[in-house]
Amino acid sequence: MPKDSGIGASSKRREDVRFLTGTGQYTDDINIHGQAHVYFLRSDVAHGKINSIDTSAASAMPGVVRIFTGADFEGVGGLPCGWQVTDRFGEVMKEPAHPVLAQGKVRHVGDPICAVVAETLEQARDAAEAIELDITELPAVVDMKKALQAGSAKVHDDLADNLCYDWGFVEENKAAVDEAIKNAAHVTTLELVNNRLVANPMEPRVAVGDYNRANDESTLYTTSQNPHVIRLLMGAFVLGIPEHKLRVVAPDVGGGFGTKIFHYAEEAFCTFAARQINRAVKWTASRSEAFMSDAHGRDHVTKIELALDADNNFTAVRTETYANMGAYLSTFAPSVPTWLHGTLMAGNYRTPLIYVNVKAVFTNTVPVDAYRGAGRPEATFQLERVIDKAARELGVDPIALRRQNFITQFPYATPVAVEYDTGDYEATMAKLEEIADLSGFEARRKASEAKGKLRGLGVNCYIEACGIAPSNLVGQLGARAGLYDAATVRVNATGSISVMVGAHSHGQGHETAFPQVVAEMLGIDESMIDIVHGDSSKIPFGMGTYGSRSIAVCGSAMVRATEKIINKAKKIASHLLEASEADIELKNGQFSVKGTDKSCAWGDVTLAAYVPHNYPLEDIEPGLEETAFYDPANFTYPSGAYACEVEVDPETGKVTVERFSAADDFGNVINPMIVTGQVHGGIGQGIGQALLENCAYDENGQLLSASYMDYAMPRASDVPFYAVDHSCQTPCTHNPLGVKGCGEAGAIGSPPAVVNAVIDALHSGGHTNVTHIDMPVSPSRVWAAMNS
Amino acid sequence: MTKISMTVNGKAVSGEVEGRTLLVDFLRKDLRLTGTHVGCDTSQCGACTVHVDGVAVKSCTMLAAEADGASVSTIEGQAAPDGTLNTIQAAFQEHHGLQCGFCTPGMVMAAADLLKNNPKPTEAEVRHHLEGNICRCTGYHNIVKAIMAASGQDVSQLAAE
Repeated sequence: MPKDSGIGASSKRREDVRFLTGTGQYTDDINIHGQAHVYFLRSDVAHGKINSIDTSAASAMPGVVRIFTGADFEGVGGLPCGWQVTDRFGEVMKEPAHPVLAQGKVRHVGDPICAVVAETLEQARDAAEAIELDITELPAVVDMKKALQAGSAKVHDDLADNLCYDWGFVEENKAAVDEAIKNAAHVTTLELVNNRLVANPMEPRVAVGDYNRANDESTLYTTSQNPHVIRLLMGAFVLGIPEHKLRVVAPDVGGGFGTKIFHYAEEAFCTFAARQINRAVKWTASRSEAFMSDAHGRDHVTKIELALDADNNFTAVRTETYANMGAYLSTFAPSVPTWLHGTLMAGNYRTPLIYVNVKAVFTNTVPVDAYRGAGRPEATFQLERVIDKAARELGVDPIALRRQNFITQFPYATPVAVEYDTGDYEATMAKLEEIADLSGFEARRKASEAKGKLRGLGVNCYIEACGIAPSNLVGQLGARAGLYDAATVRVNATGSISVMVGAHSHGQGHETAFPQVVAEMLGIDESMIDIVHGDSSKIPFGMGTYGSRSIAVCGSAMVRATEKIINKAKKIASHLLEASEADIELKNGQFSVKGTDKSCAWGDVTLAAYVPHNYPLEDIEPGLEETAFYDPANFTYPSGAYACEVEVDPETGKVTVERFSAADDFGNVINPMIVTGQVHGGIGQGIGQALLENCAYDENGQLLSASYMDYAMPRASDVPFYAVDHSCQTPCTHNPLGVKGCGEAGAIGSPPAVVNAVIDALHSGGHTNVTHIDMPVSPSRVWAAMNS
Repeated sequence: MTKISMTVNGKAVSGEVEGRTLLVDFLRKDLRLTGTHVGCDTSQCGACTVHVDGVAVKSCTMLAAEADGASVSTIEGQAAPDGTLNTIQAAFQEHHGLQCGFCTPGMVMAAADLLKNNPKPTEAEVRHHLEGNICRCTGYHNIVKAIMAASGQDVSQLAAE
């Protein structure tokens, strides 16, 4: 019987009611009395020298309050980068200035130049048209390999070239890897592009800055996945506002997918401007503006080589990747192609020697940073594609080749610095074969062929590192922040509970799932527990939600705080029941004395804590509120096996996803309904990357895909129903809930399955010369490949 | 400025708007009905879907002045006065048809439009009808399932779960 409450129950989401009735409160729904509106005048060229900005006519336009330019931000800090990568020669990465408003040069289409603050948005927009800009357009740097050629134009004049860093991992293994590849019985080589994407949460970014002159306090309402991180970065590095004078609120947030992790210029501007004009300042991105100012994702160009011995055992992997940083370093950009990518190159396999080289490159494009999966989809895609290609070259079954090389003993220390604590890759593969009905594939292929379609099957595995991360470890790797999380459990006198958590829910259902854990531990009803999140003035501290970390890291902090509550509550109960503390048991919300019929209720103890008339005041303080910070001991390693079946129309090259199946191991699961939904969403995005989405620039750095007319978002008719299973569970060994995280798996695991399936379909139609098609695998690309 | 009046969720309302004011801005800013959302600027995403005189309309594509005299229905008007969710809303909660909630009002309004004209849609018909509504969270699985469930169809065997 499925449980109906607590850990493992598919409790219906309580947050749904407000979202379904239009009573959610997103940032754009917040309006502050007397607020002004800002419109950002952005660069329409990719690269240019600003000769002059004349705002005199614009300033005289109706409703204009003030127009800001880069000059207003001299003396104000630039946007900081939160991760410093050290290159293979021991040098730190190049870290150019990232001004809030452009100073001297514009470096990408969308780079903000002026900020027009007016009574209404329409007035601000009208006035922006009257600003006279004199900009000399410069040659744009767009292609990464050309950017590194001698004589290329430079994105940043104060740097020697466009190279941010040249990273080698593990550098000490390079010679051995080279040797192993030289001596291999077989080497499969694949060159590929991991296409540039835009995260596109349906809620565009919004910032509302407010200032209270009475207490010199600034408040920023913002569409963020991590309000405390924004407070830290903006307060300490940009505006110089101490934490106790700066409140950051992220209310209901309409999706994030990584792109709302980062600290953006518009947030700093609204907070800064509100102090300058002593009025609230509001900015709401249009979708077109989002395309040219939200950090983009992926954009890697990679060559991977897989070496095998005569028995088809993997002996070495060598990769060379060019990773686009865009024009400036976004908050966590340097970590994505390095520590979030290189460490995953072992995948699910016993490959003894691995060397990863990454050249991070500045270009005149929007900054690139983490997007759902962040580095791990890039690692998985290249590895699972090259394995498929190797299987084809060797004439062996791609599933058998994977199985033969699976890691089977845990813990397993990879040659790329991480240690997998648990996993069972054979179990998820076997589960996949079952739920995907792989034995029925040939019959389905024949049915497709009878309709004149080619049918292909693609299978792959994935592993990811989630629950980032041990702070001392990431500190050594260049992180400029700790990556713990925190929770405060506040038990009220009548027994109801508020849990203040550092994680932020922007679709993940924390308000439902987190209480399930506390309810299970205390044996009380979920409805007695509420989660508070997203407001730096209400929660203790917290690093927010990204990297599938909420339940693994913040959930662990919540467990620790709840354990403290139980310990104290037992002390109070032992006093009330006149028994030894060691004999007190808590079950179903009742405290009882072991071996007796003496008991008292949860509410009796909580009331005693706040009305301590009969209370051991000499031993313990009144009240019942506990905080815990939790710093994980290791990453968590969710894993799984995915299968995709596609039909290809040989006349048009159109690919249709007919079936998609996912067998995941997330360790223990708190709310299966929510976990399944997370996998669905990730698969939808992965199919989008594989077949549809492409953020395109022309050679002049013009953004060609800046609206939903040009950027192909997956729609309902582009995807099938998915078969999803997470019954294979090897619990994480180092966090109290045994959870691994599930948020990114779908987006990591699905693109290679889709592309593997397309290649399989083409081979079945006799197009055996086609070994790879870059994503998005559009009809034109498929048609061209079939006719090459 | 133009004076306009209309019925919104059964209530008579009026206001003064510029000629360029969009219906969605009138709803959100003048009437403070912030349940209707703006997710794009090209009439693609459907987060702003409302009903005007019984027909689903993207309220970012209609001027407020064009709705003068019309009867408009928004997400705020879908539940019963006591807060009980209507059939479609309840199905979205039951089948986890929403995550971040931002596209949800448009999805619910689009679904209502579909079921009004096609009470028992097939999966393909549901997916086709949602062509103008983008969701980034759910991969559409549970939205399609919820709409089919709201139409009274058995959805328990739609996909292995």
